[in-house]
Amino acid sequence: MAISFFLVIVAKMGSSEQITSALQSWAAAKFGADARVEQLKRLSGGASQETWAFAVQTAGGTRPMILRRAPGGESKARSSEAIGLGMEAQLLSKAADAGVPVPPVLGVSEAGSALGQAFIMDRISGETIGRKILRDEEFDKARSLLAAQCGRALAGIHSIPADSLPDLPVSDGMSQLTKYEAIYRNFDLPRPVFELAIAWLKAHAPEPQPLVLVHGDFRLGNLMVDEHGLASILDWELAHVGDPREDIAWICVNSWRFGQSEHRVGGFGDLRDLLDAYAQAGGPQFRPQDIDWWEMLGSLKWGIMCMIMYEAFRSGADPSVERAAIGRRVSETEIDLINLLEGARTHA
Amino acid sequence: MHDAPSTAELVAAVKRFIDDSAAPQLTGHAAFHARVASNVLGTILRELEQRPAADAAERKGLLSLLGTTQNEDLDALNRELCEEIRRGRMDVETAGLLDHLKTTTIAQLSIDQPNYSGLARALHPRS
Repeated sequence: MAISFFLVIVAKMGSSEQITSALQSWAAAKFGADARVEQLKRLSGGASQETWAFAVQTAGGTRPMILRRAPGGESKARSSEAIGLGMEAQLLSKAADAGVPVPPVLGVSEAGSALGQAFIMDRISGETIGRKILRDEEFDKARSLLAAQCGRALAGIHSIPADSLPDLPVSDGMSQLTKYEAIYRNFDLPRPVFELAIAWLKAHAPEPQPLVLVHGDFRLGNLMVDEHGLASILDWELAHVGDPREDIAWICVNSWRFGQSEHRVGGFGDLRDLLDAYAQAGGPQFRPQDIDWWEMLGSLKWGIMCMIMYEAFRSGADPSVERAAIGRRVSETEIDLINLLEGARTHA
Repeated sequence: MHDAPSTAELVAAVKRFIDDSAAPQLTGHAAFHARVASNVLGTILRELEQRPAADAAERKGLLSLLGTTQNEDLDALNRELCEEIRRGRMDVETAGLLDHLKTTTIAQLSIDQPNYSGLARALHPRS
Protein backbone atom coordinates (compact mmCIF):
# COMPACT_ATOMS: atom_id res chain seq x y z
CA MET A 1 0.00 0.00 0.00
CA ALA A 2 2.60 2.55 1.14
CA ILE A 3 4.92 1.66 -1.72
CA SER A 4 2.32 1.94 -4.48
CA PHE A 5 1.23 5.31 -3.04
CA PHE A 6 4.84 6.49 -3.20
CA LEU A 7 5.13 5.39 -6.84
CA VAL A 8 1.96 7.30 -7.69
CA ILE A 9 3.46 10.47 -6.19
CA VAL A 10 6.65 10.05 -8.21
CA ALA A 11 4.67 9.47 -11.40
CA LYS A 12 2.60 12.59 -10.76
CA MET A 13 5.70 14.71 -10.15
CA GLY A 14 7.13 13.54 -13.43
CA SER A 15 3.92 14.38 -15.29
CA SER A 16 3.75 18.04 -14.29
CA GLU A 17 6.28 19.16 -16.94
CA GLN A 18 4.64 16.91 -19.48
CA ILE A 19 1.24 18.49 -18.76
CA THR A 20 2.63 22.03 -19.01
CA SER A 21 4.14 21.23 -22.38
CA ALA A 22 0.89 19.66 -23.68
CA LEU A 23 -1.14 22.62 -22.40
CA GLN A 24 1.34 25.00 -24.03
CA SER A 25 0.74 23.44 -27.46
CA TRP A 26 -3.01 23.54 -26.90
CA ALA A 27 -2.93 27.22 -25.79
CA ALA A 28 -0.76 28.29 -28.73
CA ALA A 29 -3.16 26.63 -31.18
CA LYS A 30 -6.23 28.12 -29.51
CA PHE A 31 -5.11 31.60 -28.43
CA GLY A 32 -2.12 32.33 -30.69
CA ALA A 33 1.61 31.74 -30.67
CA ASP A 34 2.24 34.28 -27.90
CA ALA A 35 0.05 32.38 -25.38
CA ARG A 36 1.97 31.18 -22.33
CA VAL A 37 0.83 28.58 -19.80
CA GLU A 38 1.63 29.59 -16.23
CA GLN A 39 1.09 28.64 -12.60
CA LEU A 40 0.20 24.99 -13.14
CA LYS A 41 -0.79 23.59 -9.75
CA ARG A 42 -2.41 20.35 -8.70
CA LEU A 43 -5.58 21.14 -6.74
CA SER A 44 -7.00 17.87 -5.55
CA GLY A 45 -5.80 14.37 -5.07
CA GLY A 46 -9.24 13.11 -6.00
CA ALA A 47 -9.30 9.37 -6.43
CA SER A 48 -11.24 9.43 -9.66
CA GLN A 49 -9.90 12.49 -11.56
CA GLU A 50 -7.01 14.92 -11.33
CA THR A 51 -7.84 18.62 -11.09
CA TRP A 52 -5.18 21.21 -12.00
CA ALA A 53 -5.33 25.02 -11.94
CA PHE A 54 -3.35 27.07 -14.44
CA ALA A 55 -3.53 30.33 -16.37
CA VAL A 56 -2.99 31.30 -19.98
CA GLN A 57 -1.16 34.59 -20.47
CA THR A 58 -1.61 36.46 -23.73
CA ALA A 59 -1.18 40.09 -24.81
CA GLY A 60 -4.85 40.49 -23.82
CA GLY A 61 -4.22 39.48 -20.20
CA THR A 62 -4.30 36.42 -17.93
CA ARG A 63 -7.13 33.90 -18.11
CA PRO A 64 -7.45 31.43 -15.19
CA MET A 65 -8.42 27.88 -16.19
CA ILE A 66 -8.98 24.40 -14.81
CA LEU A 67 -7.76 21.13 -16.25
CA ARG A 68 -9.72 17.97 -15.39
CA ARG A 69 -7.73 14.93 -16.32
CA ALA A 70 -7.96 11.16 -15.91
CA PRO A 71 -5.21 9.93 -13.54
CA GLY A 72 -2.06 9.64 -15.62
CA GLY A 73 -4.10 10.71 -18.66
CA GLU A 74 -5.77 7.33 -19.03
CA SER A 75 -9.27 6.48 -17.96
CA LYS A 76 -9.68 3.25 -16.08
CA ALA A 77 -12.60 1.08 -15.19
CA ARG A 78 -14.08 2.58 -12.08
CA SER A 79 -15.43 1.06 -8.95
CA SER A 80 -17.87 3.91 -8.22
CA GLU A 81 -20.81 5.11 -10.25
CA ALA A 82 -18.93 8.31 -11.19
CA ILE A 83 -19.25 9.22 -14.86
CA GLY A 84 -16.24 9.60 -17.15
CA LEU A 85 -14.53 12.83 -18.17
CA GLY A 86 -15.85 12.86 -21.72
CA MET A 87 -19.39 12.62 -20.37
CA GLU A 88 -18.67 15.35 -17.81
CA ALA A 89 -17.50 17.73 -20.56
CA GLN A 90 -20.62 16.95 -22.62
CA LEU A 91 -22.84 17.58 -19.63
CA LEU A 92 -21.22 20.95 -18.94
CA SER A 93 -21.81 22.03 -22.55
CA LYS A 94 -25.44 20.92 -22.48
CA ALA A 95 -25.97 22.62 -19.12
CA ALA A 96 -24.51 25.86 -20.50
CA ASP A 97 -26.91 25.61 -23.48
CA ALA A 98 -29.79 25.25 -21.00
CA GLY A 99 -28.74 28.49 -19.28
CA VAL A 100 -27.34 26.74 -16.21
CA PRO A 101 -24.35 28.53 -14.64
CA VAL A 102 -21.36 26.26 -15.34
CA PRO A 103 -17.76 26.91 -16.38
CA PRO A 104 -17.46 27.12 -20.19
CA VAL A 105 -15.58 24.12 -21.64
CA LEU A 106 -12.64 25.41 -23.72
CA GLY A 107 -11.13 22.18 -24.97
CA VAL A 108 -11.42 18.40 -24.81
CA SER A 109 -8.59 15.94 -25.39
CA GLU A 110 -8.73 12.21 -25.93
CA ALA A 111 -6.86 9.31 -24.39
CA GLY A 112 -3.59 8.71 -26.24
CA SER A 113 -2.99 12.43 -26.92
CA ALA A 114 -0.17 14.38 -25.26
CA LEU A 115 -2.52 15.60 -22.51
CA GLY A 116 -4.36 12.30 -22.20
CA GLN A 117 -8.08 12.07 -21.54
CA ALA A 118 -8.94 15.49 -20.18
CA PHE A 119 -10.88 18.68 -20.66
CA ILE A 120 -10.16 22.34 -19.98
CA MET A 121 -12.60 24.93 -18.67
CA ASP A 122 -12.55 28.48 -17.41
CA ARG A 123 -11.76 28.87 -13.71
CA ILE A 124 -14.71 30.72 -12.17
CA SER A 125 -13.88 32.75 -9.09
CA GLY A 126 -15.98 32.59 -5.95
CA GLU A 127 -16.39 30.66 -2.70
CA THR A 128 -17.33 26.99 -2.26
CA ILE A 129 -16.83 26.57 1.49
CA GLY A 130 -20.29 26.21 3.02
CA ARG A 131 -19.56 27.80 6.39
CA LYS A 132 -18.09 30.92 4.75
CA ILE A 133 -21.02 31.31 2.37
CA LEU A 134 -23.42 31.04 5.31
CA ARG A 135 -21.49 33.36 7.63
CA ASP A 136 -19.45 35.99 5.79
CA GLU A 137 -20.89 39.46 5.30
CA GLU A 138 -19.81 39.64 1.66
CA PHE A 139 -22.41 36.95 0.88
CA ASP A 140 -25.35 38.69 2.61
CA LYS A 141 -26.98 39.59 -0.70
CA ALA A 142 -26.01 36.26 -2.27
CA ARG A 143 -27.76 34.32 0.52
CA SER A 144 -31.01 36.19 -0.08
CA LEU A 145 -30.94 35.30 -3.81
CA LEU A 146 -29.52 31.81 -3.67
CA ALA A 147 -32.65 29.70 -3.06
CA ALA A 148 -34.44 31.07 -6.15
CA GLN A 149 -31.23 30.83 -8.20
CA CYS A 150 -30.87 27.17 -7.19
CA GLY A 151 -34.50 26.57 -8.21
CA ARG A 152 -33.94 28.08 -11.66
CA ALA A 153 -30.64 26.24 -12.15
CA LEU A 154 -32.20 22.89 -11.18
CA ALA A 155 -35.13 23.48 -13.53
CA GLY A 156 -32.54 24.08 -16.27
CA ILE A 157 -30.58 20.91 -15.48
CA HIS A 158 -33.76 18.84 -15.29
CA SER A 159 -34.88 20.18 -18.69
CA ILE A 160 -31.81 18.80 -20.50
CA PRO A 161 -33.05 15.89 -22.66
CA ALA A 162 -31.63 12.80 -20.97
CA ASP A 163 -32.01 10.73 -24.15
CA SER A 164 -29.21 12.84 -25.65
CA LEU A 165 -26.92 11.26 -23.02
CA PRO A 166 -27.46 7.55 -23.52
CA ASP A 167 -24.57 6.33 -21.36
CA LEU A 168 -25.67 7.96 -18.11
CA PRO A 169 -26.55 5.60 -15.26
CA VAL A 170 -30.24 5.42 -14.31
CA SER A 171 -31.18 5.38 -10.64
CA ASP A 172 -34.48 6.40 -9.05
CA GLY A 173 -35.37 6.68 -5.36
CA MET A 174 -36.35 3.07 -4.69
CA SER A 175 -33.32 1.66 -6.51
CA GLN A 176 -31.09 3.94 -4.41
CA LEU A 177 -32.82 2.78 -1.25
CA THR A 178 -32.29 -0.86 -2.27
CA LYS A 179 -28.65 -0.20 -3.12
CA TYR A 180 -27.80 1.62 0.09
CA GLU A 181 -29.69 -0.89 2.22
CA ALA A 182 -27.60 -3.68 0.69
CA ILE A 183 -24.36 -1.79 1.43
CA TYR A 184 -25.48 -1.17 5.02
CA ARG A 185 -26.47 -4.83 5.59
CA ASN A 186 -23.16 -5.98 4.15
CA PHE A 187 -21.26 -4.10 6.92
CA ASP A 188 -23.12 -6.14 9.57
CA LEU A 189 -23.13 -3.14 11.92
CA PRO A 190 -26.86 -3.00 12.81
CA ARG A 191 -28.29 0.41 13.70
CA PRO A 192 -31.96 0.45 14.74
CA VAL A 193 -32.47 4.05 13.55
CA PHE A 194 -31.41 3.08 10.03
CA GLU A 195 -33.74 0.06 10.17
CA LEU A 196 -36.65 2.30 11.11
CA ALA A 197 -35.83 4.84 8.39
CA ILE A 198 -35.47 2.10 5.75
CA ALA A 199 -38.81 0.57 6.78
CA TRP A 200 -40.54 3.96 6.77
CA LEU A 201 -39.13 4.90 3.36
CA LYS A 202 -40.26 1.57 1.90
CA ALA A 203 -43.76 1.99 3.33
CA HIS A 204 -44.14 5.57 2.09
CA ALA A 205 -42.58 5.49 -1.38
CA PRO A 206 -43.86 8.47 -3.37
CA GLU A 207 -45.51 8.29 -6.77
CA PRO A 208 -42.67 8.21 -9.31
CA GLN A 209 -42.00 11.30 -11.40
CA PRO A 210 -40.85 11.21 -15.03
CA LEU A 211 -37.09 10.65 -14.86
CA VAL A 212 -34.80 13.52 -15.84
CA LEU A 213 -31.12 14.37 -15.85
CA VAL A 214 -30.13 15.05 -12.22
CA HIS A 215 -26.86 16.53 -11.00
CA GLY A 216 -26.56 13.97 -8.20
CA ASP A 217 -24.49 16.02 -5.73
CA PHE A 218 -26.24 19.41 -5.69
CA ARG A 219 -25.34 20.99 -2.32
CA LEU A 220 -23.18 23.63 -0.65
CA GLY A 221 -19.60 22.61 -1.27
CA ASN A 222 -20.28 21.99 -4.96
CA LEU A 223 -21.76 25.44 -5.64
CA MET A 224 -19.44 28.31 -6.51
CA VAL A 225 -20.95 31.42 -4.93
CA ASP A 226 -19.93 35.05 -5.35
CA GLU A 227 -21.46 38.26 -3.99
CA HIS A 228 -24.27 38.04 -6.58
CA GLY A 229 -25.15 34.46 -5.65
CA LEU A 230 -24.80 31.28 -7.69
CA ALA A 231 -21.80 31.67 -10.02
CA SER A 232 -21.26 28.08 -11.08
CA ILE A 233 -22.30 24.48 -10.40
CA LEU A 234 -19.35 22.11 -9.98
CA ASP A 235 -18.67 18.38 -9.57
CA TRP A 236 -20.91 16.65 -12.08
CA GLU A 237 -19.33 13.25 -11.50
CA LEU A 238 -22.45 11.76 -9.90
CA ALA A 239 -24.88 12.94 -12.60
CA HIS A 240 -27.45 10.33 -13.59
CA VAL A 241 -30.97 9.89 -14.85
CA GLY A 242 -33.28 10.02 -11.86
CA ASP A 243 -36.10 11.72 -9.99
CA PRO A 244 -35.97 15.56 -10.00
CA ARG A 245 -36.87 15.65 -6.28
CA GLU A 246 -33.55 13.96 -5.47
CA ASP A 247 -31.58 17.12 -6.40
CA ILE A 248 -34.01 19.45 -4.62
CA ALA A 249 -33.85 17.39 -1.42
CA TRP A 250 -30.08 16.77 -1.31
CA ILE A 251 -29.32 20.47 -0.69
CA CYS A 252 -31.94 20.37 2.10
CA VAL A 253 -30.27 17.51 4.01
CA ASN A 254 -29.31 18.89 7.42
CA SER A 255 -25.68 17.75 7.02
CA TRP A 256 -25.37 20.39 4.26
CA ARG A 257 -26.92 23.21 6.30
CA PHE A 258 -23.65 23.60 8.25
CA GLY A 259 -25.31 24.46 11.55
CA GLN A 260 -27.99 26.78 10.15
CA SER A 261 -30.79 24.23 10.56
CA GLU A 262 -33.59 26.80 10.53
CA HIS A 263 -33.11 27.45 6.80
CA ARG A 264 -34.11 24.26 5.04
CA VAL A 265 -32.33 24.97 1.75
CA GLY A 266 -28.61 24.64 2.45
CA GLY A 267 -28.81 26.64 5.69
CA PHE A 268 -29.54 29.83 3.71
CA GLY A 269 -32.98 29.67 2.10
CA ASP A 270 -36.66 28.86 2.23
CA LEU A 271 -37.74 25.79 0.29
CA ARG A 272 -40.83 27.60 -1.04
CA ASP A 273 -38.59 30.19 -2.75
CA LEU A 274 -36.65 27.40 -4.45
CA LEU A 275 -39.80 25.49 -5.48
CA ASP A 276 -41.57 28.62 -6.81
CA ALA A 277 -38.55 29.61 -8.91
CA TYR A 278 -38.28 25.98 -10.09
CA ALA A 279 -41.90 26.00 -11.27
CA GLN A 280 -41.63 29.46 -12.86
CA ALA A 281 -38.60 28.22 -14.81
CA GLY A 282 -40.67 25.37 -16.27
CA GLY A 283 -40.34 22.56 -13.71
CA PRO A 284 -43.28 20.79 -12.06
CA GLN A 285 -44.84 22.63 -9.08
CA PHE A 286 -43.69 20.62 -6.06
CA ARG A 287 -44.84 21.33 -2.50
CA PRO A 288 -42.39 21.31 0.43
CA GLN A 289 -43.91 18.05 1.72
CA ASP A 290 -43.11 16.41 -1.65
CA ILE A 291 -39.45 16.78 -0.72
CA ASP A 292 -39.72 15.15 2.75
CA TRP A 293 -39.30 11.52 1.60
CA TRP A 294 -36.25 12.47 -0.45
CA GLU A 295 -34.69 14.42 2.39
CA MET A 296 -35.00 11.38 4.63
CA LEU A 297 -33.46 9.20 1.90
CA GLY A 298 -30.67 11.80 1.62
CA SER A 299 -29.86 11.67 5.36
CA LEU A 300 -29.88 7.87 5.24
CA LYS A 301 -27.59 7.85 2.19
CA TRP A 302 -25.13 10.27 3.81
CA GLY A 303 -25.11 8.16 7.00
CA ILE A 304 -24.29 5.04 4.99
CA MET A 305 -21.66 6.98 3.00
CA CYS A 306 -20.02 7.85 6.35
CA MET A 307 -20.08 4.12 7.17
CA ILE A 308 -18.46 3.42 3.78
CA MET A 309 -15.68 5.89 4.57
CA TYR A 310 -15.21 4.34 8.01
CA GLU A 311 -15.11 0.91 6.33
CA ALA A 312 -11.99 2.09 4.47
CA PHE A 313 -10.40 2.45 7.92
CA ARG A 314 -11.82 -0.78 9.32
CA SER A 315 -10.54 -2.78 6.34
CA GLY A 316 -7.08 -1.21 6.59
CA ALA A 317 -7.30 0.41 3.13
CA ASP A 318 -6.97 3.91 4.66
CA PRO A 319 -5.67 3.84 8.24
CA SER A 320 -5.89 7.64 8.75
CA VAL A 321 -7.43 9.14 11.89
CA GLU A 322 -9.77 11.11 9.62
CA ARG A 323 -11.33 7.95 8.15
CA ALA A 324 -11.68 6.50 11.64
CA ALA A 325 -13.30 9.66 13.00
CA ILE A 326 -15.92 9.87 10.26
CA GLY A 327 -17.50 6.73 11.70
CA ARG A 328 -18.51 8.88 14.66
CA ARG A 329 -20.49 11.18 12.38
CA VAL A 330 -23.06 8.52 11.56
CA SER A 331 -24.97 9.52 14.69
CA GLU A 332 -25.43 13.01 13.16
CA THR A 333 -27.52 11.49 10.42
CA GLU A 334 -29.34 9.31 12.96
CA ILE A 335 -30.56 12.33 14.92
CA ASP A 336 -31.63 13.97 11.65
CA LEU A 337 -33.56 10.80 10.76
CA ILE A 338 -35.21 10.79 14.22
CA ASN A 339 -36.21 14.45 13.80
CA LEU A 340 -37.63 13.71 10.33
CA LEU A 341 -39.47 10.58 11.53
CA GLU A 342 -41.01 12.57 14.40
CA GLY A 343 -42.10 15.24 11.94
CA ALA A 344 -43.57 12.64 9.58
CA ARG A 345 -45.52 11.05 12.43
CA THR A 346 -46.88 14.43 13.56
CA HIS A 347 -48.04 15.30 10.04
CA ALA A 348 -49.57 11.89 9.33
CA MET B 1 -3.44 -1.24 39.53
CA HIS B 2 -2.47 2.40 39.31
CA ASP B 3 -5.01 5.04 38.40
CA ALA B 4 -3.02 8.18 39.04
CA PRO B 5 -2.90 9.71 36.51
CA SER B 6 -6.30 8.46 35.43
CA THR B 7 -7.11 7.47 31.83
CA ALA B 8 -8.94 10.78 31.40
CA GLU B 9 -5.97 12.75 32.73
CA LEU B 10 -3.61 10.99 30.33
CA VAL B 11 -5.87 11.55 27.32
CA ALA B 12 -6.38 15.21 28.30
CA ALA B 13 -2.60 15.66 28.53
CA VAL B 14 -2.09 14.24 25.02
CA LYS B 15 -4.91 16.43 23.70
CA ARG B 16 -3.26 19.52 25.24
CA PHE B 17 0.05 18.54 23.68
CA ILE B 18 -1.56 18.29 20.23
CA ASP B 19 -3.52 21.54 20.62
CA ASP B 20 -0.84 23.70 22.24
CA SER B 21 2.48 22.31 21.01
CA ALA B 22 2.20 20.03 17.99
CA ALA B 23 -0.65 21.46 15.88
CA PRO B 24 0.69 25.05 15.72
CA GLN B 25 3.89 23.69 14.12
CA LEU B 26 2.04 21.78 11.40
CA THR B 27 0.67 22.95 8.06
CA GLY B 28 -1.60 21.60 5.34
CA HIS B 29 -2.75 18.00 5.56
CA ALA B 30 -0.87 17.26 8.77
CA ALA B 31 -2.46 20.28 10.51
CA PHE B 32 -5.89 19.06 9.42
CA HIS B 33 -5.23 15.56 10.73
CA ALA B 34 -3.94 17.00 14.02
CA ARG B 35 -7.24 18.84 14.43
CA VAL B 36 -9.13 15.63 13.72
CA ALA B 37 -6.92 13.75 16.20
CA SER B 38 -7.62 16.35 18.87
CA ASN B 39 -11.36 16.07 18.23
CA VAL B 40 -11.10 12.28 18.53
CA LEU B 41 -9.45 12.65 21.94
CA GLY B 42 -12.32 14.96 22.91
CA THR B 43 -14.73 12.20 21.92
CA ILE B 44 -12.77 9.70 24.05
CA LEU B 45 -12.91 12.03 27.06
CA ARG B 46 -16.69 12.40 26.72
CA GLU B 47 -17.01 8.66 26.22
CA LEU B 48 -15.08 7.93 29.41
CA GLU B 49 -17.40 10.21 31.31
CA GLN B 50 -20.77 9.44 29.72
CA ARG B 51 -20.66 5.93 28.28
CA PRO B 52 -21.35 3.89 31.46
CA ALA B 53 -24.59 5.73 32.26
CA ALA B 54 -25.61 5.90 28.57
CA ASP B 55 -25.09 2.15 28.13
CA ALA B 56 -27.08 1.37 31.28
CA ALA B 57 -29.98 3.55 30.12
CA GLU B 58 -29.89 2.04 26.62
CA ARG B 59 -29.91 -1.46 28.06
CA LYS B 60 -32.88 -0.66 30.27
CA GLY B 61 -34.77 0.77 27.29
CA LEU B 62 -33.98 -2.25 25.10
CA LEU B 63 -35.05 -4.77 27.76
CA SER B 64 -38.32 -2.94 28.22
CA LEU B 65 -39.01 -2.63 24.47
CA LEU B 66 -38.15 -6.26 23.75
CA GLY B 67 -39.95 -7.49 26.87
CA THR B 68 -37.03 -9.65 27.88
CA THR B 69 -34.92 -10.03 31.00
CA GLN B 70 -32.26 -12.16 29.37
CA ASN B 71 -28.74 -11.24 30.23
CA GLU B 72 -27.58 -10.47 26.69
CA ASP B 73 -25.07 -7.78 25.82
CA LEU B 74 -26.03 -4.47 24.19
CA ASP B 75 -24.98 -5.56 20.72
CA ALA B 76 -27.18 -8.68 20.87
CA LEU B 77 -30.15 -6.67 22.16
CA ASN B 78 -29.72 -4.08 19.38
CA ARG B 79 -29.52 -6.84 16.79
CA GLU B 80 -32.76 -8.22 18.14
CA LEU B 81 -34.40 -4.78 17.92
CA CYS B 82 -33.15 -4.34 14.33
CA GLU B 83 -34.68 -7.71 13.45
CA GLU B 84 -38.04 -6.73 14.99
CA ILE B 85 -38.12 -3.54 12.89
CA ARG B 86 -36.92 -5.28 9.75
CA ARG B 87 -39.60 -7.93 10.03
CA GLY B 88 -42.25 -5.26 10.50
CA ARG B 89 -43.12 -6.34 14.03
CA MET B 90 -42.20 -2.86 15.26
CA ASP B 91 -42.56 0.44 13.46
CA VAL B 92 -42.63 4.18 14.04
CA GLU B 93 -46.01 3.83 15.83
CA THR B 94 -44.76 1.21 18.32
CA ALA B 95 -45.17 2.65 21.81
CA GLY B 96 -41.85 3.78 23.20
CA LEU B 97 -39.73 2.85 20.16
CA LEU B 98 -39.10 6.31 18.73
CA ASP B 99 -38.60 7.72 22.26
CA HIS B 100 -36.03 5.03 23.03
CA LEU B 101 -34.15 5.63 19.78
CA LYS B 102 -34.23 9.37 20.33
CA THR B 103 -32.83 9.03 23.85
CA THR B 104 -30.03 6.68 22.78
CA THR B 105 -29.16 8.79 19.72
CA ILE B 106 -29.03 11.96 21.83
CA ALA B 107 -26.69 10.15 24.24
CA GLN B 108 -24.49 8.87 21.39
CA LEU B 109 -24.32 12.25 19.67
CA SER B 110 -23.52 13.98 22.97
CA ILE B 111 -20.37 11.85 22.95
CA ASP B 112 -19.65 11.91 19.19
CA GLN B 113 -20.50 15.47 18.03
CA PRO B 114 -22.06 17.54 20.83
CA ASN B 115 -22.12 20.69 18.67
CA TYR B 116 -24.11 19.18 15.79
CA SER B 117 -27.16 21.28 14.94
CA GLY B 118 -29.51 18.29 14.82
CA LEU B 119 -28.82 17.58 18.49
CA ALA B 120 -30.03 21.02 19.59
CA ARG B 121 -33.13 20.52 17.45
CA ALA B 122 -33.86 17.14 19.03
CA LEU B 123 -33.46 18.58 22.53
CA HIS B 124 -35.47 21.75 21.85
CA PRO B 125 -37.99 21.01 19.10
CA ARG B 126 -39.59 24.04 17.52
CA SER B 127 -43.26 24.49 18.20
